[in-house]
Amino acid sequence: MIDQIDPTIINLTIFVLAVFVGYHVVWNVTPALHTPLMSVTNAISGIILVGAMLAAGPAESDWGVWLGAVAVTLAAVNVFGGFLVTQRMLDMFKKKDKKGSA
Amino acid sequence: MSANLVALAYLVASVFFILALKGLSSPITARRGNLFGMLGMAIAVITTLTITENWMLILGCILLGGTIGAVIANRIQMTMMPELVAFMHSLVGLAAVFIAITAINNPVSFGLPEVLPAGSKFELFLGSFIGAMTWSGSVIAFLKLSGRMSGAPIVFKGQHMLNLLMAIVMVGFGLWFFFSDTTNWTAFIVMVSIAFILGFLIIIPIGGADMPVVISMLNSYSGWAAAGIGFSLGNPMLIVAGSLVGSSGAILSYIMCKAMNRPFLSVILGGFGSDGGDVSSDDGEQKTHRSGSADDAAFMLGNADTVIIVPGYGLAVARAQHAVKELAEALHENGVNVRFAIHPVAGRMPGHMNVLLAEAEIPYEQVLEMDEINSDFTNTDVVLVLGANDVVNPAAYIKGSPIYGMPILDTHKARTVMVVKRSMGVGYAGLDNDLFYMDKTMMVFGDAKKVVEGIVKAL
Repeated sequence: MIDQIDPTIINLTIFVLAVFVGYHVVWNVTPALHTPLMSVTNAISGIILVGAMLAAGPAESDWGVWLGAVAVTLAAVNVFGGFLVTQRMLDMFKKKDKKGSA
Repeated sequence: MSANLVALAYLVASVFFILALKGLSSPITARRGNLFGMLGMAIAVITTLTITENWMLILGCILLGGTIGAVIANRIQMTMMPELVAFMHSLVGLAAVFIAITAINNPVSFGLPEVLPAGSKFELFLGSFIGAMTWSGSVIAFLKLSGRMSGAPIVFKGQHMLNLLMAIVMVGFGLWFFFSDTTNWTAFIVMVSIAFILGFLIIIPIGGADMPVVISMLNSYSGWAAAGIGFSLGNPMLIVAGSLVGSSGAILSYIMCKAMNRPFLSVILGGFGSDGGDVSSDDGEQKTHRSGSADDAAFMLGNADTVIIVPGYGLAVARAQHAVKELAEALHENGVNVRFAIHPVAGRMPGHMNVLLAEAEIPYEQVLEMDEINSDFTNTDVVLVLGANDVVNPAAYIKGSPIYGMPILDTHKARTVMVVKRSMGVGYAGLDNDLFYMDKTMMVFGDAKKVVEGIVKAL
């Protein structure tokens, strides 16, 4: 039965469920952390890096590989920049936490 | 690695991404959440490396991009976070377009059939046009936020008609691409080019203070672009990660619109406040305000028992967060109860003020959201407004005012109000603010940082 289902339908199922998960998780984010939320989602949308790696993947090099390589670089800026700047911001919130409880 | 193992590893990574967002529900769990996010990304990237052939090239590019990203992340000033976020959105958008182009050029390398089926074409169409709009829209947002371009809305006659027309033409070329038997590059290129231009046109009419909505919306787009590419490549992890980001951005846009009491559509159509200035002092009577010096302000603050500080965009512009921290500490030592009240749209992006205050090491227990603190203004001796305007305008309670119904911080209910501002100029909404003319209000003119430093010195 699963063989007869168009893969797009399966993807759509995943998509709809993921939107629901995202909706519920994000409403629980405290407003004070909305900026880190944006920077971490920025890093996560850098997951497009995986697509870029596939584009740059084939051994026989044509211009597509090079375009893929550029996409890998762009996405990597996002992934590293996003996670690291989020960490930096969250460290600021952490520092005060220690001080506040001391 | 077998396809099944890859899929399982991707599943693990997706779960980690969900945990990363879940961690942000409190500052205590947030750092662990971010580590989960990094772990998920590492799993995803390493897994993908095993199924690509060009791993030297790919690793090199990751190293290059990663280094650039790391340097930016370490050097960026916290006041510049909105620009950085806009910049990073633009990268995701551009990467999505590039991936779509390579997928059309060489579908086999993505495990797609040599002749693209209609379904894949449709998904590539979605991914690339959202990606293109994300790129150009974010570039404009970046230029506006970094002050390289005026933050004022750019409006012209027939703007919305033009946008609509272009959108229709774009969809037309998309359909042509979709229904062509062979790879129709012409249709694709025209479609993506229109999407690029449309991205510019949609963002230029939106002014500075609406930026929190714009930036959240572009955040959302960048997620949908990733999800769109996930559909084209049949990659559930990209779909999950993209949808998480997409819904997160959408919720933030909603929260920001709610905090301005403006419908999303009206923000996006833009032009708000463009005819400002003229609409203000229309009642003809000469209103007078009282102004004082930093010394006067210090005297009043020193004699107060309870003080609430209301930061706004002016604080970010003047980079006054460290001076404010000193002020809060000095007052605290004098036995004054100091707290901060944050309006959801204060600043240029969601949570902007919280991060600035956190950078200055102000304990987050002292930093309260509008709903938490609004009822306390009545019992507060002195309110210090630093570079905020529309979010403290009591006109929001007056029927017929353009901002009627907008939730505001009730600073006008405090016993004494002090407003630090550069001039009597109107805010983004182009409205005069009656708060400034009340008998209990004292205006302190000047740069927020200098004034606050002056107050600290005088205390």
